[in-house]
Amino acid sequence: MTVKLPIYMDNNATTRCDPRVVEAMLPYFTEKYGNAASRNHVFGWEAEAAVEEARGQVAAIIGASAKEIVFTSGATESNNLALKGVASMYRKKGNHIITAVTEHKAVIDPCKRLERDGFQVTFLPVDRYGQVHPEQVAEAMTPQTILVSIMAANNEIGTLNPIREIGRICKEKGVLFHTDAVQAVGKVPIDVNEMGIDLLSLTAHKLYGPKGIGALYVRKKDPRVRLDPIMDGGGHERGMRSGTLAVPLIVGFGKACEIARQEMPEEAIRLRQLRERLREGIMSQLEETYVNGHPTERLPGNINLSFAYVEGEALMMGIKDVAVSSGSACTSASLEPSYVLRALGVGDELAHSSIRFGLGRFNTPEEVDFVVDQVVKAVNHLRQMSPLYEMARAGVDLKSVQWAAH
Amino acid sequence: MAYSSKVLDHYNNPRNVGSFSTADPNVGTGLVGAPECGDVLKLQILVNPETGIIEDAKFKTFGCGSAIASSSLATEWLRGKTLDEALAIKNTEIVEELALPPVKVHCSVLAEDAIKAAIKNYQEKQASRQKNEPKEEAVGVGCSARECLDR
Repeated sequence: MTVKLPIYMDNNATTRCDPRVVEAMLPYFTEKYGNAASRNHVFGWEAEAAVEEARGQVAAIIGASAKEIVFTSGATESNNLALKGVASMYRKKGNHIITAVTEHKAVIDPCKRLERDGFQVTFLPVDRYGQVHPEQVAEAMTPQTILVSIMAANNEIGTLNPIREIGRICKEKGVLFHTDAVQAVGKVPIDVNEMGIDLLSLTAHKLYGPKGIGALYVRKKDPRVRLDPIMDGGGHERGMRSGTLAVPLIVGFGKACEIARQEMPEEAIRLRQLRERLREGIMSQLEETYVNGHPTERLPGNINLSFAYVEGEALMMGIKDVAVSSGSACTSASLEPSYVLRALGVGDELAHSSIRFGLGRFNTPEEVDFVVDQVVKAVNHLRQMSPLYEMARAGVDLKSVQWAAH
Repeated sequence: MAYSSKVLDHYNNPRNVGSFSTADPNVGTGLVGAPECGDVLKLQILVNPETGIIEDAKFKTFGCGSAIASSSLATEWLRGKTLDEALAIKNTEIVEELALPPVKVHCSVLAEDAIKAAIKNYQEKQASRQKNEPKEEAVGVGCSARECLDR
């Protein structure tokens, strides 16, 4: 069986919209185009009913009730709303927030803004697999702590955090717990009640839904979480997020959640098998290839590998028919290697050599075999060209070489 | 970011990949950059001591496609040049030839640094040989990329 090129293997960045999702959305562009806030005609009622059905579907995938879902434009907005909304609302109670160094920028940067506004933020380090330990959270807590924000799964390395244990500690101390679960929802089981989650960010486009729609789960009881909105306007979404609801996108989001909830058990097994096929295929043929992140506690579809002596962007050029990501500085706007890999203690040279493979619903075993073949060829080609490989082969300890200060 | 056709050509068909023995007194080696900066270029020249002309050049590069293309192009340009002509090669010429975007200019700077380092190494070896003190090892030169300096 031949594979169709190019191959998309960057599903941690975004996913293809499932055709079933698109189909569900279409009538809401052309026929059922009412404003869900229009209370006095059939177009409005129809839109409102569709939104409420979707709200239930989104709530179900995280074990919440529909009333606890606030629709947003995406997870960046959800994270901003959770962090800034809680900080503002609970400021009288305390001014301390706990998060981790490996969080997405959509958590780190709002936290930095809050720091400038007078809040104290603790950025917890992670272990070599990228995990935050519950004891770290407990130790960092002070009487001033109002919020803990720890991601469920990391977007670069796929590592899963012990959310349930962290949630339990937050409950014991009476501190609110937010999790950025963008990568986890629909991939691994998440239940806000079992896991003691008070606020949770999620987005449609990571689970085969459309871009431009996300949600924030806001717990309604035990405790009832309150938020200061960051946008003022018509008071939509229980006053937490004003703005006309994007009905077609919300319908698509709901449908995507419904499909993910139904198919997750089987899909997770299939993706884990594909991932292991990819990992074993590559690692059995290439020496000095390392897994970044946790060996087992990771997203089923994610594997992040470093290929010693080979630069990530050059490797991506070598597998030009395959869409993946790299932690190499050359591929980012910042010209710095991945801060997540650095936080694990992966050396900068191996961070420059990293590739993230994100397997998803539409990848096939044939595609995986093709990618394995391409990666092995490209790495061998580049190693033949690499002075570092040559030096290592000649027995030179690269760490002992005096690379001049830079 | 799309790559220029010339970068792709050098990446896919790199010219003059390889190594000369550093023990050869007529070989000059330049090793620039640092692994933690994401690029290391090794550029070697083989000089005819009679004529002072670079008869052959080889490279090995750890770096992105633009760094590989810059060093591959440099080896092409070095062949047949005198040392003075080689020293006159400017990184801006490499940028122009390969149509490098601003974010990749540092790759061309590294290539120019590698040329200069290789010539310096050759000249030092020749000088010390006259004094009968073999000096063979290449000297590492730091990564001059701004972003590395800024870190």
